[in-house]
Amino acid sequence: MSPMNLRQRFYLVEVLTGLWLTAAHFFRNMGRHTARAFGRKGTSGAVTIQYPEERRPYSPRLRSLHRLVRREDGSPRCVACMMCETVCPAHCIYIVADEHPNPEIEKVPRRFDIDLGKCVFCGYCVEACPEDAIRMDTGILEFSSYSRGGMIYSKDMLLSFEPADASGRPRSPIPLPADRRA
Amino acid sequence: MLIDLGIAFGRVAFVMLFVLNVAALLGWVERKQSAIMQDRIGANRASIFGFRVLGLFHPLADTLKMLTKEDFRPARADRLLFDLAPAVSVFFALVAFASIPFGDTLRVAGRVVPLQAVTLNVGVLYVLAMLSLGVYGVMMAGWSSANNYALLGGQRAAALMISAEIAIGASIMGVVMIHGSLNLMDIVRGQGYLLWGWVPAWGIITQPLAFILFVTAGIAATKRIPFDMPEGESEIIGYFVEYSGMKFGMFLMTDMVETIVLAGLSTSLFLGGWQIPYLFAEGFHFPWGAGIALPPLLVTLLQVSAFVGKVAAVIFVLMLIRWTLPRFRYDQAMRLGWLGLFPLAIANIVLTGLVLAAWGNR
Repeated sequence: MSPMNLRQRFYLVEVLTGLWLTAAHFFRNMGRHTARAFGRKGTSGAVTIQYPEERRPYSPRLRSLHRLVRREDGSPRCVACMMCETVCPAHCIYIVADEHPNPEIEKVPRRFDIDLGKCVFCGYCVEACPEDAIRMDTGILEFSSYSRGGMIYSKDMLLSFEPADASGRPRSPIPLPADRRA
Repeated sequence: MLIDLGIAFGRVAFVMLFVLNVAALLGWVERKQSAIMQDRIGANRASIFGFRVLGLFHPLADTLKMLTKEDFRPARADRLLFDLAPAVSVFFALVAFASIPFGDTLRVAGRVVPLQAVTLNVGVLYVLAMLSLGVYGVMMAGWSSANNYALLGGQRAAALMISAEIAIGASIMGVVMIHGSLNLMDIVRGQGYLLWGWVPAWGIITQPLAFILFVTAGIAATKRIPFDMPEGESEIIGYFVEYSGMKFGMFLMTDMVETIVLAGLSTSLFLGGWQIPYLFAEGFHFPWGAGIALPPLLVTLLQVSAFVGKVAAVIFVLMLIRWTLPRFRYDQAMRLGWLGLFPLAIANIVLTGLVLAAWGNR
């Protein structure tokens, strides 16, 4: 660090410069808050996003909570080919296959569990899927639980989620932890 | 007799309620002002029946939280001193405001009541004495906690207080020399005169250097950032490291009350106290000859609100400083106190003496 010059060593001028900066911020933001309180739209007095009520816009590429895509009749599009289970680096997907009643379709998953406590959100399962049956576009980031078991999301839960809207806001309700669900 | 008692009680109650309420409010002011300075919103979640009122319920929620928390005492702590320390700390901060005048005289039931809690001839010395006694609470807390970090904090507080206090006393001397009195009421009245017929003789105009020295040393005396090395939350946590619950809350309150006392004292000494420029007992007399006559009660009301407004403005500046500057290192603060503020204050006394001798005693 270079030695301070006389003006900086005297300190008072530098203090006043700093106070000028913070005071300018205060009065500018205060003016904006007041303008908004009187109903004027425009620039906000704070950069805060008040999270549970407001969300920042998410990128459409964001990898959020998984969902299983449904066919027209509501059954899962998944054909239990095990591609995602194979490619998953965290080994967090568990599939049990079953025969599909329709002979046109090969198989259907009887169980499709994702252990979100292990998932690393790499998105390989989405890329590996030949049927476009699994996506990570729900926009939901809040999944938590008081137990490890509560982090395992079953087929029915994964089928129930809706994709997020255009701004990335989740359309499905935030899932409660499994051990808090009634 | 009963009326006199009632008047005395009223004076004390007014000051006490003013200080306590403003101290409670300062917790909110501190959070909100810092938030707005830093482009944030600040605490706004505490609500009663869904009403949030800009987060004004947060001091209430904080107090409730502190009152209901566990009151922990370390096993090896000195019981008596440990319990006494926060009370001593907050008591001396609270009584320090007593001799600060918040208005001129008021006529009630045929009596002339000076608007200050206690009329003292040595008001300035009283405030200084109470402020410096307050550090005993801090030292007791540091000593009795049986914790080395607390002891370090208490020792730092004592060293800081001594170095700040000398500068405070020396910087005030210039004002005392000008007005020839230690009575705060006399000093405020003296600031009602006009220099050259139009400039109010406020301390900040007659003693600008002393004002800067006093505010700097005063912030050090309140132990707040940038002079918070008794606390030093990132290194030693400080003298209250072992305290919890409302005892900890009382130390926090002490800082707030000391801020108010500092604001009140600097208002009285340097910003004309309850004076409004050109407002005299009968109304406004402007230097260009115009005047507005006002009833005495309205004049008193204006004066009291002027005092409150000035105190609020000084508190705003103190908060601004607190949220702008980083903390001094321990040795830097010592050097500033002993080699910076103290010699400058002495120089200010000499300068004031020379000017007064040349000007002639007014």
